[in-house]
Order: sequence, then structure tokens, then C-alpha cells
Amino acid sequence: MRSRLRGDELSCRAARTSLLACVLVIAASVAAVAMTRAGMLSATVAGDGFVLNGRCPPSFELMADGTCELRDLYQFYDSLQDRGVGGTRTSLPQHRDGFRPEQIDLGRYLFFDPLLSGDGTQSCGSCHRPDRGFADGKARSIGIHGQDAGRAAPTLWNVAFLQSFFWDARASSLEAQAQGPLFSPREMGNEPARLLRSLNDNSTYRRLFRQAFPGGGDSITAAEVYAALAAFQTTLVSLNSRYDRYAHGYAAALNERELAGLNVFRSFVARCSECHTPPLFTNGQIAVIGAPEPAGHPFDAGAEQTFDAVKLRGGFKVPTLRNIALTAPYMHSGAFGTLRETVEFYNKGRGNAVPPGETLYLHWHISSPNLTETEVGLLVDFLQTLTDEAFRPETPRRVPSGLPPLDNPKGSRT
Amino acid sequence: MNKIVKTVLAIAAFAAAFAGGAYLGRASKSDMVITSSAGGAEYAGGFKAAGEAAEKVQAAANAGSLKSVAGPAGSKSVVVKDGESILQAVKNAEPGTTIRVMPGTYSETVYIDKDNIRIIGVIEAGRRPVLDGKKQLNDAILYSGNNFVVENLEIRNYKGNGVMGQAGNNFEIRNNVIVDTGVYGIFPQLGQNGVVEYNVVSRIADAAIYVGMSDNVHVAHNEVFDSVAGIEIENSRHAIVENNYVHDNTGGLLAFVTPGLPIKTTQDVIFRHNFVVNNNTRNFGAPGSTVAGIPAGTGILVMAADDVVIEGNVISNNKVAGIIVTDHGHAANITVDPESEPNSDRVRLLDNVMLNNGYETIPEGKALLLAEGKGGKNLDIIRVGPSPGSCIVNRHQYVTAGVGEFSECDFTHTANVSTYLLPPVPPRKIDISERGKVAFLGICSGCHIYNGRMIGPPVQVIQALYLDDPQGLADYIAQPVKKRPDYPEMPPQDYLDPETRLAVAKYMLAVKN
Repeated sequence: MRSRLRGDELSCRAARTSLLACVLVIAASVAAVAMTRAGMLSATVAGDGFVLNGRCPPSFELMADGTCELRDLYQFYDSLQDRGVGGTRTSLPQHRDGFRPEQIDLGRYLFFDPLLSGDGTQSCGSCHRPDRGFADGKARSIGIHGQDAGRAAPTLWNVAFLQSFFWDARASSLEAQAQGPLFSPREMGNEPARLLRSLNDNSTYRRLFRQAFPGGGDSITAAEVYAALAAFQTTLVSLNSRYDRYAHGYAAALNERELAGLNVFRSFVARCSECHTPPLFTNGQIAVIGAPEPAGHPFDAGAEQTFDAVKLRGGFKVPTLRNIALTAPYMHSGAFGTLRETVEFYNKGRGNAVPPGETLYLHWHISSPNLTETEVGLLVDFLQTLTDEAFRPETPRRVPSGLPPLDNPKGSRT
Repeated sequence: MNKIVKTVLAIAAFAAAFAGGAYLGRASKSDMVITSSAGGAEYAGGFKAAGEAAEKVQAAANAGSLKSVAGPAGSKSVVVKDGESILQAVKNAEPGTTIRVMPGTYSETVYIDKDNIRIIGVIEAGRRPVLDGKKQLNDAILYSGNNFVVENLEIRNYKGNGVMGQAGNNFEIRNNVIVDTGVYGIFPQLGQNGVVEYNVVSRIADAAIYVGMSDNVHVAHNEVFDSVAGIEIENSRHAIVENNYVHDNTGGLLAFVTPGLPIKTTQDVIFRHNFVVNNNTRNFGAPGSTVAGIPAGTGILVMAADDVVIEGNVISNNKVAGIIVTDHGHAANITVDPESEPNSDRVRLLDNVMLNNGYETIPEGKALLLAEGKGGKNLDIIRVGPSPGSCIVNRHQYVTAGVGEFSECDFTHTANVSTYLLPPVPPRKIDISERGKVAFLGICSGCHIYNGRMIGPPVQVIQALYLDDPQGLADYIAQPVKKRPDYPEMPPQDYLDPETRLAVAKYMLAVKN
């Protein structure tokens, strides 16, 4: 139903049919679904045409209590101490799920709605673009009024499996994380009261929130906004790459070069997998690796501030490498334009980019591996096998505020 | 990371505190307690496996038979001869295959990403199959499969590891000769239930045998020498290290918690009946490595590990100290991790034979001895940093510093604990219908939903086509052909094994919504 409704919404716009016709088409879809899934969709369709999807996204099973639970092949495996780190056939770290489908779909609209920013120019999707691996292709994100946001937008693929958020690990939930960019004057530049006012002033949002959070009160709360955003983001699951096919036992999924690259990746010479540990390709820890800042930028203390610990100066959360080929440039401030440059940074040796006068407690796995040029190339080849966007959600053509979802250049005000 | 060097600098500050009168603990002036480990109480702590199968493992261990955790060997067997490839044999092998490797020289990296593979060298008149990395290859044996066994190989001249495991359970690494294989000789990581025994490992730049982030491991009857660290148990639980000959390394036996790793504890380690001798080799660890700061001359080092029992070892001629017990707080150059508990809690020092240790100890060790009013030429045991709940027996036998507050242990031996090994840890049992559902949702649901159009046609329509023919649907999934002009062609799902494809087909034909 998800796709059908969205397809109809699309055809409505494409054919420039009357609003009434659209509503009728959508209502017919809803009725058809309602016949097969009685009671699943409780809301009636309003004149604004926005309907929340009552079906769980791909890879999720709708449970009897009306929530969606993740199903993936890694659930066939276990992991030591249940920490979700290991080798090929190891379970994933604990994850967030259990949101209602309507909450997930409401989160999708919120995620792409510039109404959430202080001046209506930026949505979450401005810096986490579905067509850029849910990053933005920039060295550092551009916030409200064209400001440099300071760090690169991390991918949102597989955030459901993370326990800490931001490069410096300063948030411990997606709900807490959402408040960072929303209210940062360098990013979306909003304020809590203003955000709630603009959402509550919008009758579509009021209706959709009541549908998604049936137990809620009359007005939209901040907690509901954060929960819906979290719900949507936890459905960005990428676990069907060619690497995964290999891991689950299909030896032909990777070619000889890619297999050789995997073996460089997990060997103790390169040591990549010691921190970028399968199956998520991150161990979720902080590491001080001594990556450079772009020219003219001051040193970024990173996790030192989060933990008030000088030993973590210059430390950042180990990022996942899933979909890494889609999210150049790399590192916390986009110092490297290509995967090859990034691999070469590690190969240049321990501390090669530490600024003069800085004393960093570099991670013990930051060594001087002296990989050959061939091995560097093999690693880059292997990293390309971690790409999978099969479950990329559709960007809404329009959002309840009527503002254009910014990553869709064809979107226009309605 | 030089943390041990920093540790000993911190000891200097500690000693200064003694000298300044700030030392509030009591010196060891209580009455002498003499305890015999021939009788006395047995260890009540440690890992206790449950169940009948576990009792059989325990009984077999008590009977002295070889420890087997990988289960019985399968019936299939292939032979690899000199000039052939072991890797190719692994690639061709079905799970359950034993690969016998004849004497000869094999220069390759052998990786094993499937279960139940045994690589068994054939030793003929002293000649082993040799894996030679020629200082060009990274790793000799790299496994992620479960129930992996490797025996009787000689492994030389690799840059990374001799044998490295990544998350394989039920492993047996036995009777291999490993020389100069780079960072580690034998390195099982993130696995449960494994045996490392009867290996001879030397000239390794980090640890000859390194058990990292693993559970239920038995390390016995190995000879490890001429390496920076002999045997290291790091961020692991329920490990017994016994009857090893650990000599001429920089440091002999180590039990560590390294902060910043995803698995945070080291707990329940027994070091017993090992020879820990003459570990005075110059530290040649790589700069920045965890072991690079170990002072040459360290017998046994416990850092932040809990419930470590040290019993019945012969610890001699280690010039800095026989046993060092310390914490993260005194290792100034180690990273911080709020989730890592920094102290060595409940270290139990039972009877050990300690001869001629600490004869050339670091100046700070001497200062610490002086502060406790102890002179002499030797130092057997140093403790710096909190070590709550720790104990020692027959403390009067040793030259000690910092163990005055250790209590008398309430047990004298661990003879009742023969093994922490388990019966083969079984793979999770998966109901085949569950496999069908999970595979459909986890893969197919990106294109197919029950009753609507997505990238592919609805399940309802597929049901009408295949009705009672799940095998037909399973065959189509493997090799689809373009059928519908209004849909894109389906990519083949031949990477799913036939059983999973059939399970998916059955699920799709039965599903009601």
C-alpha cells in the first residue's frame, strides 16, 4: 500500500488532475486495503490528501500490537556477549524498532519538511539526502543562512543499530540527536517553541500526529516530533549488499579482487575490521586516529568535550562503512575526497597528519601498515561491495507545510 | 602506548606518597600464615557450565583426554599435496570436510568462511607442511567459520598473523609451529569455546598467543618464546591458561582490559602450572602497540582484569618482577573508556614458586620497596592501583610491594576446575518457516508486497500463478525471466541457497496479508 498510495499521489501531480479525483483514487486504495486488512487504517482521508501509510516498510513485520519489527538475515546468528561485533555470520548490535507504521510515515514527512527549520529553508533531508547515501556530498554541511555547520553530515543508513550519535558521540538516542541540528544556530536554526507553534498551526500535521500517536493530547508535543523522526530513521536499513550475500554463504557474490580486498581489510596488517567490525562495519567506539582538518580550519577536539577527557582529544565515533562508496567526501570534516585518499591516509603511517604542537593519544590500531599500492586498490574495491540502497524510501513529492522538500529540485510550492 | 613505562612513573609518585607519610595502609606485619595447597579449600568461584553435555566435557577433561570442542569430524576428506593450493581445497570443500595437507611449502593466505572445516597437516618423519608468507603475505590462516580445526602446520614469515579467527566458535588450534608471523602468532578473536594447545610459537612482535574478546578458552601446553608478549588474555572471560612454557619474552603472561573495545571486561582467568621464566627480552613491539610499553623482565601482568587466579606457576628470573598487578589509573598513557572498570578486582595469588625475580627492577620498584621498609635484591610481586577483594597465600615467601592489604585467600587450589570449555556451541536453530519469512521480509519485501504494486508484482498475483508449486516459484526466484512488460526484470536471487529459496516460496504462497 505504501507504494500504491505514493504512486497515486505521484500520478495526481503528474496528470494535474483535480484534487477531488486524487482523493477519490487514494480513498479507493485505502478502501481496498481496508478490506484486506480490516482495522489497520483508522484515519479517514482529509481534503489535504495526506495519508499515513499503514504498512510497515520493507524488512519490517507488522506485529499484532500494530508496531513494526525488523527482520533481517543476521537474526539467524549470535554474537559474543550479544554485542553485535564479529565476523561474517555474526548478529547485529541491538537495534531500535517497534514503531507504528503511521509514526514511521509521519516521520518521513517531517524529515523532508523545511518547516522544521527556523526560516523554512532546510529540512533534515537537506543534509541527509537519499540520493547521497543520506549524507550530502559536502565536506561540511551548510546550515541556515549558508553557514558552515562544522562537520560532515554522517550517513543515516543503519542508525537503528547505533548506541551513540554525532561524530563526538554526545547523544545517546535518536530522539536526543534530533534536537541537535534542529536547534543549532549553525544548522536548522529553529527553537523548540517556534517548532511546536508552526506544527500546531498546521491542521494537516495536527491530524497526522493524532493518527500516528492515538494516545496523545490535543496539541503536538516535542517528544512526538522526535519520536516520529526516530521512527523514520530506524527504517533506513541496508543489509543486502554483495558483501552480505558473501557473508551469508554465497561465495560467488564477490570477485577475486574483492575477496582479496576483504582479506586485506580484516588482516592484522591493515586492521580495518578491528574498528570497522562486521556486520555493521563499526564497533561503535571512539577512536583517535589523527585525521587532518581542511586547510585553514582549527583543530576539532571531538570527543574530548563530550567526555571531558583529554585522552579523547581529536577522537570521533567510528563510522559505519556501509554505503561508504556513496558518501564522499570522508572523515569528520571531509578532508578526503575519495576512498583511495582515505585509505592512503591510514597507510601513510601513525600520526602523519597530527598538527605540530598537538599531543594526541592515537588509537593503538593506528599503525604504519605499509600496504602495497595493489593492496590499497584492493581495499577500495572491497569497500564498493558494501553498497545497498534497495530499501531507500521515497522522498515525498510534497509535505504538509506546502514548502518544497529541498532535495527534490522539481518540488514546488503548492 | 608506553603505558607500562607511564605506570612505573606513576609508581614513583606513589612511592613519594609513602615517603611523605601519606601512606595509610598497614605494612605486612601480621602473623605469618602458612598454608598448604596440597589440601585446603577448593575454588568456589569461576565459570560453571550447566547441563549434561557440559558435565561430559568436564569429565573428559578430568580424564585427561584431548579437549574437543569442534564436534566429531565429518566423513569427507581430501588431500592437498605439495604444489597444490590449500585455499582451493577449502573453497571446494563442503562443510564437514577434513583437508589433509601433505608436507611441502605452501605460500598463500587460507581463509575459511564456512563451518566445520578441518585443516590437518600430515607430519612425515618430522617434515610438516609449511605455510611460508615470504614476508609478503598478511595472514596464513584466517577463519570466521564455526567448528574450525587447524593442526600440525608450520607457519613462517607472514606479516599479520599465523592463525587469526574472527568470530568463529568452537575452534581448535593445535600442534602448530609458528615462527615470525608478524603481529600475532595465534589470535582467536570474538569467538566462544576454543582450545589453543601444543603449539610452539616464537619471534612474534606482539603476543605469541593472543585471546581477544573471547569466552571459554583453554590455552595449554604451548611453548611461547622470543616474542614481546607470551600469552595475552584481553577483554575475555572464562579462560584457563595452564601448563605452558613461557620463556624469553618481554612479558610472559598478561591479563588485560584494554579500554575502547566494544567488549569491556576481562574476568575469570586462571593462570596455573605454567613455567614463566626469563622473560627479559628487549621490547621490540611496534610503536603505539598495547604491549610496546611492557618493561622487559615482566613475568605476569594483570591490568584491570577481575577474578584472576595465579596458582602453581614456576616464575623465575624475570628481572623487573614476577607478578605486577595494576589498573588503568596508573597507566597514564592508556585511553579512557567510561564503560571500562579500571581496577584489577579480586586477584588471587595462590602458591607459586618464585625465584630470583626483580633482580634488576626499575628504580621506582626499588623506591616502593624502600617505602615499605623492605630492602633486598629481589622483587617478586608489585601491586599499584586499587585491587579490591584481592588475596594471597603464603605471602611471607615472597618479596612484595603493595600487597599488605591483600587478605588471606579462602581457598588454596583450583583442582576442582578442570576446564571452562563447553560442548560445541550449537548454531541457533532456525525453524524453516521462520527462515522463509525472515528472508522474504529481509530481502524480497523491497520489491513485493502482499496486495499492491511496488517494483515487482504483488504477492497475491504470484500466489494465483504458483498455487501449490513452491518448487516452481523457488526455481523462478533463482533464474527469473522477464514476464511482464509493465515491470522491470527481476534480478536472480541465486545467492540464496536452495533450501532458503524454497522456504521463501512456501512463505509467499501461504502468507495471508
